Amino acid sequence: MKSDNAIIATNLSKHFGEFKAVDQISFEVKPGEVFGFLGANGAGKTTAMKMLIGLSTPSAGSATIAGFDVYKETESIKKNIGYMSQRFSLYEDLTVRENLRFYGGIYALTRKAIQEKSEEVLHRLGMWNVANNLVSSLPLGWKQKLAFTSALLHNPQIVFLDEPTGGVDPVTRREFWELIYEAADRGTTIFVTTHYMDEAEYCDRISMMVDGKIKALDTPTGLKNQFGAKDMDQVFLALARSATRNAD
Amino acid sequence: MKQFLIFVKKEFLHIWRDKRTLFILFGMPITQIMLFGFALSNEVKNAKIGIWDQAGNQASKQIIAKLDASRYFDLVKLIHSNQEVNASLRSSEVNAVLVIPASTSQQKINGLAKMQFIADASDPNTATTLKNYALSILSPEFQPETGSPSIQTSVRMFFNPQLKGAFNFVPGVMAMILLLVSTMMTSISIVREKELGTMELMLVSPLKPILVIIAKAVPYFFLSMVNVISILVLSVWALDLPIRGNLFLLLSESMLFTITALCLGLLISTITASQQIAMLISLVGMFLPTLMLSGFMFPIENLPPPLKVVSNIVPAKWYFLIVKNVMIKGSGFVDVWKETAILGLMTLAFLGITVKKFKIRLA
Repeated sequence: MKSDNAIIATNLSKHFGEFKAVDQISFEVKPGEVFGFLGANGAGKTTAMKMLIGLSTPSAGSATIAGFDVYKETESIKKNIGYMSQRFSLYEDLTVRENLRFYGGIYALTRKAIQEKSEEVLHRLGMWNVANNLVSSLPLGWKQKLAFTSALLHNPQIVFLDEPTGGVDPVTRREFWELIYEAADRGTTIFVTTHYMDEAEYCDRISMMVDGKIKALDTPTGLKNQFGAKDMDQVFLALARSATRNAD
Repeated sequence: MKQFLIFVKKEFLHIWRDKRTLFILFGMPITQIMLFGFALSNEVKNAKIGIWDQAGNQASKQIIAKLDASRYFDLVKLIHSNQEVNASLRSSEVNAVLVIPASTSQQKINGLAKMQFIADASDPNTATTLKNYALSILSPEFQPETGSPSIQTSVRMFFNPQLKGAFNFVPGVMAMILLLVSTMMTSISIVREKELGTMELMLVSPLKPILVIIAKAVPYFFLSMVNVISILVLSVWALDLPIRGNLFLLLSESMLFTITALCLGLLISTITASQQIAMLISLVGMFLPTLMLSGFMFPIENLPPPLKVVSNIVPAKWYFLIVKNVMIKGSGFVDVWKETAILGLMTLAFLGITVKKFKIRLA
């Protein structure tokens, strides 16, 4: 069953015993949308994301990713999504090119496709001259950009970014978001979690998670109006203060 | 399959780029064999011996000359009293004292002679070894030339007549190295990916999780085989060790044990989250039992009964037995099938638990 929405979650829940890490969240993400998934630490963002990318089985509710069911079709989901974790996820002891080749390889791209894609990516990022350098020798911002592009190497329909810009300077963050927009323009759906409220403003729509539930979901402008706030910082604070759960 | 090969290639690159680990991996077996072969030895050479010759006749002279001529004993002192015996042993002037009683004579030697051998047993192994050396050197002296009906025991050391230590430690070192390389390195390399967060990425990819795990083990399997071969080559060329059994059988058994060790490493990696813990478990949980309970350092027969039982679950014990039998005694598969079966079952058990644990972690 192919649906029009890239992601549909309906009453999706994850319980660990009595603890409801994710409590009946429902939302939809349209193709090509940049969807911000916000919440304080411990609100349940990572758990929710893990269910969506097939790393964790939901306790209740349903969800489809690119039209595939999260319970039964995790293999198809995996082929159609890209993922970049908050922890830096390239191999430091491999060169830029080797990393690209590896990520292309595990997504079963052909040798030729990997070759072409790598050249394209290296030129686009301006990393042509460091292609054969070890990743450990690159500045953090470059690594993040490279990680993002390797998550896109297999042309996934949806890419999940878990706090992709942690510890990166504002300029590089800006450049990183330009890459995100480029990808969205090409039709890739972006699902991104972040702690930076200026980044939240870049998203088409934002959901705010508090204590395992989605407490607000709208465009950045819509949310600011709803909470009578002048920026996203205030929206976030207003919502996060209502949390009863401690950050882990 | 292509994905799998790409993964394996990546693993080789990791190992290749980490020169220090690489050096340890290949340097360790060579160093160990050299150390055990030439430096550390439980053979006793040139032990200092004192002699209290109470007889002072032709027969006793003959005995002394014989002892002194052997390369195991150096006659350093002639002793004349009981006090002197005590003092020389206490001051470590001598390792052992032979007392030849006054009644000793040519006739007695040919018939029944009694001598006293006093050894410094503060190091019991050395003392026992010295006693055995002395016995074997002197026993021809006791053999009657004319058929008298005294009981004789003729001792023959089978398979290792020179009592070379290498016969024991080469199998031990092999078990140790395989365990170290396979178990420790594999568990560390998987846990490292968990720590880096790349494991998550693998699991999100279409790559089958079990394939990820196997791909991790493959390079270490090859490295272990290289180590086995280098140990064998060194043993044969440098230490003059025979390979009496079938080389193919020996290698196959080594492969089996390597797989056992790899599965153990995989198991450890599924229950730990940090490299330090993985290393600790591998070292304390695997290395020490291997050293102490495999029969390599201490004979299993000498262990207290509870430990004897525990030794049965140490995989290295069975591998050690197999290697010793095949390599030194020239046993065939019929002689070691039981040990092989035990190792096989252990491997299956480890693998089963690993796969189960891995699934649970993904849920």
